[in-house]
Order: sequence, then C-alpha cells, then structure tokens
Amino acid sequence: MRIEVLGSGCAKCQRLYAEAERAVAEAGVAADLVKVEDVPSIVARGVMLTPALAVDGRIVSSGRVPSASEIAGWLREAAA
Amino acid sequence: MSERAKLAVMLGVFATFWFLPVGSERFFEAVRASLSLAKWYAQEHVLLCLVPAFFIAGAIAVFVSQGAVIRYLGPGAKKRFAYPVAAVSGVILAVCSCTVLPLFASIHKRGAGLGPAIAFLYSGPAINVLAIILTARILGPELGIARAVGAIAFAVVIGLAMHLAFRHEEAAREAAAALVLPDDRPARALWQDALYFASLVGILVFANWGAPRDGDGGWWGAVHGLRWVITGALALGLAAMLLRWFERDELAGWVDASWGFAKQIMPLLLGGVLVAGFLLGGPASGERGVIPEAWIAQAVGGNSLSANFVASFVGAFMYFATLTEVPILEGLLRSGMGKGPALALLLAGPALSLPNMLVIRSVLGNRKTAVFIVLVITLSTIAGVIFGALP
Repeated sequence: MRIEVLGSGCAKCQRLYAEAERAVAEAGVAADLVKVEDVPSIVARGVMLTPALAVDGRIVSSGRVPSASEIAGWLREAAA
Repeated sequence: MSERAKLAVMLGVFATFWFLPVGSERFFEAVRASLSLAKWYAQEHVLLCLVPAFFIAGAIAVFVSQGAVIRYLGPGAKKRFAYPVAAVSGVILAVCSCTVLPLFASIHKRGAGLGPAIAFLYSGPAINVLAIILTARILGPELGIARAVGAIAFAVVIGLAMHLAFRHEEAAREAAAALVLPDDRPARALWQDALYFASLVGILVFANWGAPRDGDGGWWGAVHGLRWVITGALALGLAAMLLRWFERDELAGWVDASWGFAKQIMPLLLGGVLVAGFLLGGPASGERGVIPEAWIAQAVGGNSLSANFVASFVGAFMYFATLTEVPILEGLLRSGMGKGPALALLLAGPALSLPNMLVIRSVLGNRKTAVFIVLVITLSTIAGVIFGALP
C-alpha cells in the first residue's frame, strides 16, 4: 500500500506525517509512507488545501490533520 | 545543519563579539531602549490582546468551512464572485503561511485563473486576523481599518489589472486530475457558530477597551468602567456554549490550533520587538535607537510623494516575518514617519519580500512577477499619499 502526505513542509504537514505513521502501526498493514513536498506535483494532484493525504493514489483528506485512528480506518478499508 | 554551516555560525558569532562596540554609549542606549520596548509590549499588549487573538485564529482554522470558500475559487467559479472572495479569503485560508503558495498555484493553474490567484496571493498575508488585530491595537484603529480596507481593495484591483494585462495567455489551462475539495465536517447550526465567534470577538474587544481621554466621560467611559463585568459575562457565555455544543475532540483541536499559532508567532514577535527597539528606540522619549531619528524623518517623514515611494519600495523588498512589521512600524512612527508612508509600507510590505518574489517567479515567470511588483509599489504609494492627506 502506498500512503502519500502532500504538503510543502509546514508544521501541519509534519503532524499529518506523524499521525499517518501511527496509523500504519495501528492498522498493522504493510505500507510505504512518502512525503510529496514539491508544489507543482501537489497542484497536479488537484489538491487545493494542504496538508492532504492519499492512499493508493486516492486523496482521502485535504486541508486538515485527521487523527491516527481515522487514518487507520481508511487503511483497513483500502487493504480489505 | 551541515558542519560547514556550523563553522560559519561560529565565525559569525566570534566576529560579532570581536567588533561589539562595548564601550560605546550609543550602543548601550540602544540595548536599553530595546529592553524597555520589550517590557512595554509585555505589559501593554500580550495577554489581553494576543491571547484572545490566538484563540480566534485557532477557531477560524478549525471551525470555519474552507470548502465553502474554495468552491468560489475553483474552475467553474463565476468571475464576479471569485475576485471579492479571493480578496477576503485570506482571513479564513491564510492561517498557515505555507498553505498560501500551493493554493495560489492551484487557483492560477487549475482554478479561477490568474486574477483571483493574484488577489488571494496579495491579500492573504495582509488581512489575516492576527495581523489586523495587532495593527489596530498597537498602531491605532485608524491604521488598522485602513490596512484591512486597503488590502481588500488592492487585492481586487491588482488581480483585475493582472488579468487584463495577461488575458491572452490565460486560454491554455492544464487539464489533469479533478480538483479535490477540502474536507468539511458536520458542524453546528450557523447561528451557533455565529454566537461562538461573536463571544470570542467580544472578549477581545471589551478586555482591551481603552480608558477614555481625560474628562471625556459619556458611554465610552461607562463601558470602560464595566469592561471586566462585560468580559466576564461573555466568558461565562462562551464556557456554556463550549460545554453544550462542542465535542471533546473538537475542543482539543481548537486549543491545539491556537497553541500552534502562539508557538509560531510569539518568538517572531519578541525578536521583532527587540530589533525594532534596538534600531529605532524605546517607548519613552529620549530612548534612542542606533538609527538617528533625523534620517527617518528625512526619508519617510511627512507625506511627500518621495516619502510614500520610499516606504512602498522598502516595504516591498524587505522581509517581515509574520507580524513583525507592526513593532517596526510603531518604532518608525515614533521616530517621525508620516501616517501616509506608514500605510504605504503596510500595504506593500507583508505581501511581498525578496524571498517570496523568487518563489512567485517560479510559478508565474519573470514578466508577470515584474508587473505584479510594479503594481503593488505604485498603488501602495498612491494609497499612502491619499491616506496621509486625510485630516
């Protein structure tokens, strides 16, 4: 599974990355967690408000920092 | 930090102390003025003004629907809505400076186009709540209002001008993945949110209600006498709303966002105050900084065209960390800067700086960036001249 954190590197984006890390542990799935910090590629994905989170290429949240348990829910859904 | 950078820092610190003018009376006077200004800020401004302001900014970041705003800036947006919405959206969207650039790029490339994108880029840093509150509190309500109104009006005018100047290049638009609207969470009824924000703003306003000028009693003085009663009543009302209408994790998110702003802004502001005091002098008369007042009066005193131009030009290129423009401007005003040039600097300053010009250039290219900069400087100069001429 591929999880992407989209955002230009601000405090919120780092918090989202940390929450996603915890969510991977919580959901117990095998996942690659990557940061996408380059503005043109964020824009190309259609994201207007950062930070955003993508699971297997699909944007699941944008403009806020969801909690680890919320993210874990998406991960289980994607793994199922 | 790389080892080379550490070495450079070490050499820099060493050189600073090597050349430190310890014996100079002027130097110590400036250090004293700097500390005295920091003390004045701590006593006058921080708790009553900034603490409620952080909570308001946090509330906007957490509870205001960003999706509703973004919809007006998306690809299908009507132009006549896109400009005004972009111009005021900084209040809601630009609460984190690092979200400005991705949003600017996507409004430009994927959304409502160059004009609204520029309007957002210009007004975002200038009209966020913290900046307006701090400007009004420290530089006076007149400049605070002029700053807010000027920034919104400029955003529309500059955005339209950019759109007209480059309308032929606008046709080719990238087609790619569909835009993703930000998440909206179910919330309270509109009147509940309105009441909640009103009580926050009320606490800010009444806790900071100034004493009437001597002898001038009337309703202003009566409110001043009752300000703690009113503030307390509002605080009780707010507490009741928080208990009944909000869920626990929402409140945690709100406190978290407010604390995030405090962490981000307090150190910058302290640094700005210390630098402003050192360079421009302290709050009491006779507390001089290292820059002679005569220079300031000569460069930006009065309301001449050249004073306004100098203020706009310097403001456009100089980098002000978030909100530090306020203490610096306060020092300049005390040293004899005119109110016209002060507004010119506020309008040209936060929107532009040398570092962010480089970033804007990477999105817009040389020509559009140059036109944008010239527009900002010219309009700020004109606004300064007009504002300075008002009684």
